[in-house]
Amino acid sequence: MYQHNRYQKGKPQQVAVVGAGVAGLSAALTLKKQGVGVVVFEKDESPGGHLQQWHALFPDREPAAGVLDLLKQEVSEQKISLRTQTEVAAVTPSGDKFRIETSQGEQNEFDAVLLATGFQLFDAARKEEYGYGIYQRVITSAGLEQRLGHGGTGLTVNGRPPHRVAFVHCVGSRDEKVGNHYCSKVCCVTGVKQAITIKEHFPQCEVLNFYMDLRMFGTGYEELYREAQEKWGVMFIRGRVSEASQMYDGTIQLKAEDTLMGRPVRATVDWLVLLVGMEPEKRAQLWARSLGLRTGQAGFFSSPEKFLHPSLTTVNGVFTAGACTGPASIPESVSQGRAAAISVLEFLAKKDEAGK
Amino acid sequence: MKPANDKWGFRAEGSEQINLDKADSSLYRRLLNREPGFAACLFCGSCRATCTSGNEGMNFRLAHLLLQRGETARLKSLTDPCLLCGKCTLVCPRNVNIRAVVYNLKIMLHEPF
Amino acid sequence: MNLSDHPFFVWPFVAGMAFLCIYLPAVYLKWLRKTSARDRKKISAAIFSVKTIRAIREIFSECLLHRRIFRFNPTLGYMHMSLAFGWFLLIVVGKTETMLYTRDGFNPPYLPVFFKYFYPDHIPANFKGLFFLTLMDLLLLFVLSGLTLAIFKRFKSKFLGMKKSTRHILPDRIALTFLWLIFPLRWLAESLTSGVYNAGGFFTLSSGRALASLLPAEQLLLPAWWAYSIALGGFFVALPFSRYMHIFTEAALILLKHWGVKTTQRANGYTDFEIHSCSRCGICANVCQLSADAGINHSQAVYFLRDLRYNRLQPETAENCLFCGRCSAACPVDIQVDDIRLQQRTNRANRCAPAIRRPAAQLPGTPETGGVLYFAGCMTHLTPSVKEAIRTILNRADVKFSILDEAGGICCGRPAMQAGFRQQAESIIQQTTEMILRSEASLLLVSCPICYKVFNEEYQLPIPVKHHSVFFKELAAAKPELFKNSRKRITYHDSCELGRGSGIYEEPRELLRRVAHLVPTAHEREDALCCGGSLANLAISPAQRDLITDTAYEQLIAPAPDYVVTSCPMCKKTFSKGKRDIPVVDIAEALQMALTPEEKPVRVKVGKKAEVLA
Repeated sequence: MYQHNRYQKGKPQQVAVVGAGVAGLSAALTLKKQGVGVVVFEKDESPGGHLQQWHALFPDREPAAGVLDLLKQEVSEQKISLRTQTEVAAVTPSGDKFRIETSQGEQNEFDAVLLATGFQLFDAARKEEYGYGIYQRVITSAGLEQRLGHGGTGLTVNGRPPHRVAFVHCVGSRDEKVGNHYCSKVCCVTGVKQAITIKEHFPQCEVLNFYMDLRMFGTGYEELYREAQEKWGVMFIRGRVSEASQMYDGTIQLKAEDTLMGRPVRATVDWLVLLVGMEPEKRAQLWARSLGLRTGQAGFFSSPEKFLHPSLTTVNGVFTAGACTGPASIPESVSQGRAAAISVLEFLAKKDEAGK
Repeated sequence: MKPANDKWGFRAEGSEQINLDKADSSLYRRLLNREPGFAACLFCGSCRATCTSGNEGMNFRLAHLLLQRGETARLKSLTDPCLLCGKCTLVCPRNVNIRAVVYNLKIMLHEPF
Repeated sequence: MNLSDHPFFVWPFVAGMAFLCIYLPAVYLKWLRKTSARDRKKISAAIFSVKTIRAIREIFSECLLHRRIFRFNPTLGYMHMSLAFGWFLLIVVGKTETMLYTRDGFNPPYLPVFFKYFYPDHIPANFKGLFFLTLMDLLLLFVLSGLTLAIFKRFKSKFLGMKKSTRHILPDRIALTFLWLIFPLRWLAESLTSGVYNAGGFFTLSSGRALASLLPAEQLLLPAWWAYSIALGGFFVALPFSRYMHIFTEAALILLKHWGVKTTQRANGYTDFEIHSCSRCGICANVCQLSADAGINHSQAVYFLRDLRYNRLQPETAENCLFCGRCSAACPVDIQVDDIRLQQRTNRANRCAPAIRRPAAQLPGTPETGGVLYFAGCMTHLTPSVKEAIRTILNRADVKFSILDEAGGICCGRPAMQAGFRQQAESIIQQTTEMILRSEASLLLVSCPICYKVFNEEYQLPIPVKHHSVFFKELAAAKPELFKNSRKRITYHDSCELGRGSGIYEEPRELLRRVAHLVPTAHEREDALCCGGSLANLAISPAQRDLITDTAYEQLIAPAPDYVVTSCPMCKKTFSKGKRDIPVVDIAEALQMALTPEEKPVRVKVGKKAEVLA
């Protein structure tokens, strides 16, 4: 549709994509297939963003590596220019273009910029009462994901399977004490998915989920929750964990209230897993400041037309996609990346029209 | 108007039932007036979990529910054990000023309504 | 001139003064009778001792010279001094002048006040007379300069180092009007007299000549003296009902303080002396963070004491205070306003919280007889890194210890006490004391300054109580090989309860200088800011607290430190709320980071403690 003959006259228009996570790569692929020149900047060594650290994906527990491989394969097939280990230092408007300066000092001009800078995981050490960074057996959901490979050997205690593992929901989300009042959306189902995986590896292990509310909004999530209860016997306790301490044998004792029973509950576990939420990447604030982009209360980018054109920003020619606009699952990030690409193409077509 | 179920000659009411028709929310409103942020409570139980007197029957979450439902009879026994240490306020995810609410509730329970 | 010529205008002054002379002793006597028998015994034992001389010295330096206000702001100090000390000198020098002139030591009290009226054509015959004449004019100028500043301050308080002036009530306004009129009227009356009789000091004579050339001075002379006398009399009558009651009460308070009388748990006569000693200078409101950061402007010490004095105190006013102690530290009269506030809170709240009996009040684990008993306290349970740092350091230094509240669940009693739940607090104290005694420990180690203060002041423990900053300072001095200096740049936050509350400022600093590079901040020691987390404030909203926290944090990170150190888990928790770029750690954590590497093969972990095998 957009791939008409206007590029035949000269060099195709150039778009910079900042961030090679699922949203950034999806957007880059869509743009490239429509004949637009794309450069993807990525600060890490390899593309994939947080997906690289994930073992399996909810709700089907599909291996994350498979999804990532498919994505990477397509990126190389499409010969997308991927600049890894290249951090974008500044984006500045320059005429009707945008100048991108990398941390290596390189400067290039682009017709449009798509920010897909993603999220950062909440630093669990900030909830000091949970003991992350103080006690060895207090880990985050991201840390657990890495221990779930190889049959879950990373969870054995002195070579034996763990007796009991507890999940704490809403760590760094829905918590005004850490300045994050919003829901991170994906942790509820992550907790359920990880609980099942532990049960798959260690059927004898008791798995507890301490939650405030379980928000199973996505397709297949509720079914997964039900499977966790029925098939795997995962126990769900409605109550937020208030504090954890380490016992002499290294186990972790947690305190919560079983609010449905109306009584305080105390439990000793081999592992305490903190389901950490999503925060806007620190550089999002940087872009916001240097480019004058609008951010919402939580610090994620927000569109001036959030219903019909969610990828737009307050700066014409700068677009956003993925978790930099708010907590998002992988399918959501992919959709957002593709949708943003369409918005970019519309913008380029208009620009081209005006330039004639 | 007669309640609909009267025509059957009996009422399906028992002592366990929460009767919102008879609820007295005056105390709750007075407290809300003093601490408006109080309404944001999620009933997550963090306050009870961390409570220094949690094992002694102190239960802010339940006290709040009872206040909201207009039942005041058990409030005293649910707040008497509180030592005002303030841990609840430090862990509350909705930033409710729990300690101040309990303090005011204790005082109001001793003052004529 | 003869006394009987125009004696009537002196009457307003004489009546006012007579009223004061009867009213003040009567009311002071009433208050004294309300103090306890023990206090009165203390007074009679100390009244003829050196303590009285010390008190008089303080009265001179504080009530007249206003030394403490000078320290706060020199211009403000000058204002207060010129009015108080200037007036005092006018009385003393005036009396001396009259005595010399009339050669009669027992002249009536109004004679020095209206001297110029009675001896208008007095031209000094010798140097001594000229000296007094000039001196009196200088003193009048001195007082008038202070008055000018005071009037100026009403409209432009920032000029005198004050964010805003205190709000006045009706009796204050009446007394203030009389006070402001006294000295301009004195000047007017004396000038007119000088002008008519062509005699007087350099100031009044020159201004009098000028006035006489413009006005019918002879006709205005007597009305001016009347007005001056009325202003004086009016001020004297209004004085006991206005803030100016402080003038005499402050002196009485200083005497009582030196004689050993103290603020008690319940309000008594001494409280009356304290309440009436407040001059409403407003310095307390000026240093109050509630006012500066949170927009709370009705509950400061000055307004609390005022409302209490006029029987219009709202409970919320007593409750809306951080008990940070900044006001008491800055108060020129040294009124222990936190104690008075607590009296009011206790009056209202004490009956609302029953005494506690804990069936589960047993010592968890095995007590370490003769060792150190560590009490972590409620707040430390939410900052486990503090507890773990202390455990690590004690293990490393081979200190025998056990943790009293390892399993959680006991409170020191101070939060309840601060809320006015006295009987509940006492029951907690009693039970916690029993537990501590059962442990047979030789020292109680406390990491929370809130607990430390109550252990120190309310518990009568037979063993020493030490805050961990002090304990570790001594430990580091005894075993310097355990720690190295990290050279990290740090700032130190004095917590209210440890600093102003317990007077511990130097030990933590000494310890920190050993392990890091300590840099100063804008508010140190007595002037340290409160983190805003205070348990004592029962009325402030969380959002208002955050404003106080942000300001305090900003000044702590202003010198761009690597991290901020505090010695209170509550302060740490308060500062770590929200998103902070520079971390706040406890002094125990700072010390843990500075531990020298352990020699590995010597120790293995056995049970809960590291034991030495070699």
